[in-house]
Parts: sequence; structure tokens; C-alpha cells
Amino acid sequence: MRPLYPVSPGIRTVLGISFFVLFVAFWAWITLGGHVNRIFLADPLSMLRDGWRLLVEDRFWLDILITIWRVFGGFLLASVVAVPLGIAMGAWKPVEAFLEPFVSFARYLPASAFIPLLILWAGIGELEKLLVIFVGSVFQIILIIAVKVGSTRRDLVEAAYTLGSTNNGIVSRVIMPANAPEIAETLRLVLGWAWTYVIVAELIGSSSGIGYMIINSQSRLATGQIIFGIIVIGLIGLLSDFAFKAFNRWLFPWSLA
Amino acid sequence: MSKLLIEGVSRTFAGVRGGEPVKALMPVDLAVAANDFITILGPSGCGKSTLLRIVAGLEAPSEGRVLLDGKAVTRPGPDRGMVFQSYTLFPWLTVAQNIAFGLRERGMAEKERDGIVASYVDLVGLKGFENHWPKQLSGGMQQRTAIARALANDPEILLLDEPFGALDNQTRGLMQELLLGIWERRNKTVLFVTHDIEEAIFMASRVIVMTARPGRIKSDVAIDLPHPRHYTLKTSPEFSALKARLTEDIRVEAMRTVQTQPA
Repeated sequence: MRPLYPVSPGIRTVLGISFFVLFVAFWAWITLGGHVNRIFLADPLSMLRDGWRLLVEDRFWLDILITIWRVFGGFLLASVVAVPLGIAMGAWKPVEAFLEPFVSFARYLPASAFIPLLILWAGIGELEKLLVIFVGSVFQIILIIAVKVGSTRRDLVEAAYTLGSTNNGIVSRVIMPANAPEIAETLRLVLGWAWTYVIVAELIGSSSGIGYMIINSQSRLATGQIIFGIIVIGLIGLLSDFAFKAFNRWLFPWSLA
Repeated sequence: MSKLLIEGVSRTFAGVRGGEPVKALMPVDLAVAANDFITILGPSGCGKSTLLRIVAGLEAPSEGRVLLDGKAVTRPGPDRGMVFQSYTLFPWLTVAQNIAFGLRERGMAEKERDGIVASYVDLVGLKGFENHWPKQLSGGMQQRTAIARALANDPEILLLDEPFGALDNQTRGLMQELLLGIWERRNKTVLFVTHDIEEAIFMASRVIVMTARPGRIKSDVAIDLPHPRHYTLKTSPEFSALKARLTEDIRVEAMRTVQTQPA
């Protein structure tokens, strides 16, 4: 095969789908063929059956909605705090010198390790779930945005100065629009991470949500339900990512190649 | 009185890793009369761009000062419009919005802006492209927009730093005629940096030749070719004589650059 040679869109789709087919086929073969114990791994058909029952009888869709609300709530909270701070750090070097060391340190604090503390402070209600996602996302967003803003094209800034921009004009009418697509991309990336935090938060001390259903199913050895829950998370993640991407494209038509 | 006065302006860069400081520009004195079109010609790295950036206020001189209409330059401002060699249109603004940028920064009302923008779109021949994004334009069109953007602000002096350097030869020729045509009609003081000898002669009322690094002024040649200038002027005997003279001047400097700089 020629390296770096592009593949046609049709073949790309076929190849992409065929891996899913192979994956499910392998899964069906080891489970339905009796190569693994049913207790440890449900087969695809009973997974679908369990999933259907969950949705219809156990009102699992309510859990899904709660989880989605937590992800977006926590993510929104983190964005509202982090985006202005990131821009300020990138634009004004004294702010960066003041905050960067702490944020770099805080970024390595694992959000999941905060869960016991957050439960002590905020209980096991919604606020605690939002805070887990907040702690997990906020420092990441700040740092990535600060770096992007800090590398704003200097020639654009200089051009704006020669056109009469003031310092504040540079920030609001050059630095912010120039970096807006990158900031939106960063948020899209971090939203993906927020999905992992919410599940961890729901696995510990929760009475609703997809993560709660998963931990609940474990005690009943309902592996079909667990797998269904995991697939639902994957699908929602994929959908929200897709929507976010489309939204960014619509918002920033000028940045498309 | 001179429009622009450059008095003993020099620039020294701090040494890298404790090395000797690097002299980029020896003290330069230059007086520019109103409505003069001055080209600054020099080999690469001679500090001609540095000089222009000091006039723009984007860099501070190590010594000396720059006076525009008798006022010292300390920072960049809308009275000194600049066109850069790199494409510096704001990619998130359309052609019309780019041209309107300076007017908007000044707080001009949209209605008033629209009329000015339309006249400059017309001036640089971009009618029909007002709502295009910069990435949809060719290099020549982008630089035309950049010129319109700088002119729309009605600056006291227009500074151009090798604005056509990245364009192909044919486009460059057309752009020279366009800019010269604008200057002939609108009377603007222009400072134009280039390393292209033909370009320097064709555009200028005065060519300033700079030496190799550290740069200083080597010669100051008045170009008395008649206006309006047509591209056929480039093949006239007078033009060739000037070209021969400046080629000799600049060749000596280019040789020095090649010989003194490590490979």
C-alpha cells in the first residue's frame, strides 16, 4: 500500500462499518458459541433484550436524561468559569504568571479522587455530580485556551494596532474572534472527557443516572444491561460530538479549509 | 516642512546567549516631504523592515526619534497605515468588514462606514467580492484588500513592507500599477520597502538605497520619470540607466552580505 495515499469516501465508509460488523460477529461467536461463561459476558441478543426491557419497564430513559443534564450542567459551569480565565491568561502575561503554576498543578489532581470530599461538602445530590465534572474539566479548559490565545498570530495584532485598535480593542476584536474556533474545538474535546467523569461520579454514591444503573446491574450480574449502558454512553457521546462539530462549522464558516 | 522626519534612528538587538549585541541599523536620517513616494531599497537583512517598523511604532529605536507632522512617534496608530508582506487580513471578517475595521475601531457609524468602504472596494477593483472571506481570495486580491484597509483609515502616511514580495511576477506588476495609480490620483505620502530594483524605480519619486547589515543610507536617488507611469516605462532608456546604476549600488551590498554572513 502506498503510504499517505488517500482512500475514497465509499471505501472509507465500508471499511469503517466492517470493523463494527467484525467486532459484533466476534462477540456473538464467543458468547453464543459457548466459548465464555454467560455469567461474565452476555451475548448481543440478550444485551438488546435487556436494553429494551430497561427502557420500557425500568424507565431507563429517565436515567439517560439525568446523566445528560449532569454532563451539560457541569460542563457549562466549567466553561463559564474557564473560558474567560483562559483568555485572560493568554492575553495578559501577568495574569498568566499569577495563575499558570497553580492551574498546571491543579490539572493533575484526579477528579475522581475528589468525589469523597465533594460528597462530604455537597452530599450525594445533583450539586456533587456537577462539581465532579467541574473539577475535572475547568483546569484543562483554562490551560488549553491560555496556550491557544497566547499563540495568537502577532502580525494580526500588529495590523490591528496600525489600524488604530486600543489594547482592549485588540483583546475583544482580534484575540477573541481569532481564537473562537479553537476555543470551540477545545470545548468539544473536553465535553468528551466530561462523559467519563459523570459516569465515575454516578458509580459512587448515586441513586440515578446511567452510571448508577451500571453499578446496580453489577450486583445482579446483569452483564447485558451493563453493556447496553456502556453502548448508550458511547452513542450519546458520538451524537453530541457530531452536533458540536456541526454547530462549530455553522458558527465559523470562515475557518474552514 | 517635512511630513516625516527620521532623526538618528538606530536599532541594536541584544546578543543571543551572552553574545555581542547585534547592530541591525546604523543611525539613519531621512526627511520625507508630503506626498512623496519613497522606496527603500536594500539587500535582505539590511534593516529596512526594521526602519519601517520603527516608523510604524511597532518597534522602538535604540537611539534617535521619528517625527510625523512634528509629533514624536511612540506607539502604533491609525495615522500610519501599514501593509505587511504576510497576509494579515482578519480571516473572520469579510473583505468589506476588513476594510471597515479601522473605521469601526474609531467608532464611526455603520451608515457612514458603508459609503467609504464601497469607494475603496471600487478603488482596488474588488467589486463583487465584498462578502468573500479572505481565504477565498488569491494573494493579489488579499493584498489589494490590505491596501484598501490601510487607505480607508485615511492615514497621514502609508507604510508598505514588501507588500508584493509573495506574489508572482505578473501579479506583482499589476499591483504596482494599481498602487501607483492610486497614489497619482489621491496624493498620499508613501514609504515603500522592497528588495526589487525595478519595483523601487517604477514606483518612486525617490529611491533610498541601504547598505548591507548593519544598514545605513548609501544613496538617495531622485526619480524624475514623468507621471502617470505606464508599465512600458520599464523598457525605456531612462529607466534602464537608473536600473543599471542602482543594480551596481545594490550588487556591492549584496556581495558584502553573502561574504560576511556564515553559510
